[in-house]
Amino acid sequence: MKLFKNILDTVKPHFLKGGKLEKMYPAYDAFETFLFVPDHTTHSGSHIRDSIDLKRTMAFVVIAMLPCILFGMWNIGSQYHIGVNSLLPENEQISYSFLDNFMFGFWKFLPLLVVSYAVGLAVEFAFAISRGHSVNEGYLVSGMLIPLIMPIDVPLWMLAISVVFAVVIGKEVFGGTGMNILNPALTARAFLFFAYPKHMSGDKVWVHGAGTDGYSGETILGQLATNTTSWFDLEKWNTSDAFYGFIPGSLGETSFLAILVGAIILLFTGVGSWRIMLYTFVGGYLTALLFNFWGANYLMSTPAHVQLLIGGFAFGAVFMATDPVTATQTNKGKIIYGLLIGFFAIVIRVFNPAYPEGMMLAILLMNVFAPLIDHYVVGSNIKRRLNRVKV
Amino acid sequence: MSKEIRLKKGLNINLSGVADKIFASIKPTDKSSRYVVKPTDFHSLNPKLAVKVGDKVKAGTVLFFDKSNEKIKFCSPVSGEVLEINRGEKRRILEVVLLADSDISYEKFQTSNVEDLSREQIIDAMLKSGLWPFIRQRPYSIIANPTDIPKSIFISAFNSAPLSIDNDFALYGMDDLFQKGLDYIVKLTDGVTHLNVDANTNSSQLFLNAKGVQINKFMGPHPAGNVGVQIHHIDPINRGDVVWYLEPQDVIAVARLFTDGKYDVSRIVALCGSQVIKPRYYRVISGSCVADLLNDNLKDGENRVISGDVLTGKKISKDGNIGFYDTTITVVEEGNKQEFLGWILPGNHKFSASRTFFSWLQPNKKYIIDSNMHGEERAYVVTGQYEKVFPMDIYPLQLIKATMIEDIELMESLGIYEVAPEDFALCEFVCTSKMEVQKIIREGLDLVRKENS
Repeated sequence: MKLFKNILDTVKPHFLKGGKLEKMYPAYDAFETFLFVPDHTTHSGSHIRDSIDLKRTMAFVVIAMLPCILFGMWNIGSQYHIGVNSLLPENEQISYSFLDNFMFGFWKFLPLLVVSYAVGLAVEFAFAISRGHSVNEGYLVSGMLIPLIMPIDVPLWMLAISVVFAVVIGKEVFGGTGMNILNPALTARAFLFFAYPKHMSGDKVWVHGAGTDGYSGETILGQLATNTTSWFDLEKWNTSDAFYGFIPGSLGETSFLAILVGAIILLFTGVGSWRIMLYTFVGGYLTALLFNFWGANYLMSTPAHVQLLIGGFAFGAVFMATDPVTATQTNKGKIIYGLLIGFFAIVIRVFNPAYPEGMMLAILLMNVFAPLIDHYVVGSNIKRRLNRVKV
Repeated sequence: MSKEIRLKKGLNINLSGVADKIFASIKPTDKSSRYVVKPTDFHSLNPKLAVKVGDKVKAGTVLFFDKSNEKIKFCSPVSGEVLEINRGEKRRILEVVLLADSDISYEKFQTSNVEDLSREQIIDAMLKSGLWPFIRQRPYSIIANPTDIPKSIFISAFNSAPLSIDNDFALYGMDDLFQKGLDYIVKLTDGVTHLNVDANTNSSQLFLNAKGVQINKFMGPHPAGNVGVQIHHIDPINRGDVVWYLEPQDVIAVARLFTDGKYDVSRIVALCGSQVIKPRYYRVISGSCVADLLNDNLKDGENRVISGDVLTGKKISKDGNIGFYDTTITVVEEGNKQEFLGWILPGNHKFSASRTFFSWLQPNKKYIIDSNMHGEERAYVVTGQYEKVFPMDIYPLQLIKATMIEDIELMESLGIYEVAPEDFALCEFVCTSKMEVQKIIREGLDLVRKENS
């Protein structure tokens, strides 16, 4: 600790006004405040302040993602090895240990994570320096989310471009963390989806090597969307596989259980909004239930609770929809926002066989409408106050 | 017609250093004879001096008055001599310093029975004697305009802010005086005078037996004791409405004026806070020097002395003086220290309204909180925080944002007239983005007031 303090103290003068690296002060400040909570004291208003700050809030979101990350790394390895074995005759199949699977996933995930953070933070620092404000913590979460929702085989340069697009167009042009309209992580994914659809959709991208080695990498949603088998006839997977997450998919999204643990951490600490989470699930469940009665295709007839377990629904509800910057800000608005995300996610799923993963578009769509929802919620409060005068 | 109101939203901050319910006395030898009246205690006051350095004054002699309404006078709390007049930037008057005599002599004001006085006569007497500044108004949270007729008057009998004075204890035995004061106060409005008591505890009979007023009970965490919250739930302010309010000890001062004919602003203050060795109650005179109470009574370290409670008070120096309206003196440690990786450590000893620190394991723990910001200011990211500690039917975040962009129409429709900075103190406390919420609201109120004047 002393060591860090000494290093910081030696280099600090260069970054201060009049120093050689004066313009780089935000970068220095980011490192200093990362190591040490600053010694700033209150000077107006309340003399004491809550111990929480944005760094801790963001750190807890990352902590809440850890179960998904750890499970996801194992599952990436596991799905790959299942795929490889499926090409071999039964007596030549190899059994892989837990560690084999985990380490395989780890080495696949690590480059994605490094690129996501390195590129994203570089852009953030560049903007902070050019605008002379401190580096905000928002990217700590976005940078972790992005590799969790990308296909594991996505080329690193594509990932880098989508990160740049997300941070610059999705966030910085609006003024940085706290000002953006669209969720940055989803903006990255949406960019990739529309710019390089071959790498983002179809049955070849969600398991490592599926595109080249010839085994199937199809997800549950993908199979249901082809409308050839119903959920009940799927032999490969059942409800408990979907709950635990032994299914193909992006790294973060497969295990409902791991997401649930994350959700509990977010809700217990008070970092995530229970209203958004709960009502997204409620909205999704009710909509799926309605389509069960219609049943025009196999996705419509998939049981409502299964709809919540498969694809990115749960991950989106817990980690994406709850992004406070892009969500509605009023408590009533959060309920409406959640319900509509759930509704649209399922609607997009069942009506759009080309892209059965509706969650991303549902959240982005509602991001755009969030201010409108708040506008009407706040408007009703204003009306109530006006009516009070008349009474 | 008394009402009982339960508030769910809010936050009790359990701080260590509550004042013991004991009166401590100040040794006469320790007692400073330096008293200060600060025009800055009265928001937006433009003072005009009525004395100069060297003048002899009595308790009740006018020191300065309000330039915009010369009837509103501010008087000396003690008799003695005007020692200094301290000015700040642009010759703004910051302090009128008095050197007190050992025995106080008082200006003589007329005593009269309440039945013999009309509303105008009561107001007149209060204006002349310098007691009027105790009557404050909403909107804007400033000294009331004596020509207004308020639709109601509010007295909050209790404080819910952390460590603040317990009026049940402070006013013990003053039942008659309190009732007498109330008798005069209730005549100031055509409407109802509301006395709001704490339903979390057994309130003192002094309040519960009060006559001529409507007694309402408030239950729930801080800010249940804030008069703004109480007004909102009982008789909310709309555009154009005026409500007056004062504090229980101010009622006592009113009673003394009419029974003894004196401007007697002796009051009881609670000295509290984690840096005080023996937190106690003291009998002092408004404007007296806090050094009297702090001598040999502070723990080592760099201390911050606050006139008022820890959420809304003003920072004063160690030999500063008690503010006009303040009945609590709080001392906490300055938090000008860096903390290594403090944003990720478990933090068993750290208080937070969230459960991101492991201190949630000990729900009854008493906390020592210093003046550190615990982070840097950021743009708004987290939502829903303010709403949890803001027990009014007002959208706090939206109102603050409207205030930031100075959209007066929007501020009005979102309820700016109903709030004061102190109502936002908890929002400021819990704010993850470390916004200076009270300052924003104060500037907003000033802006709206200027626009309406």
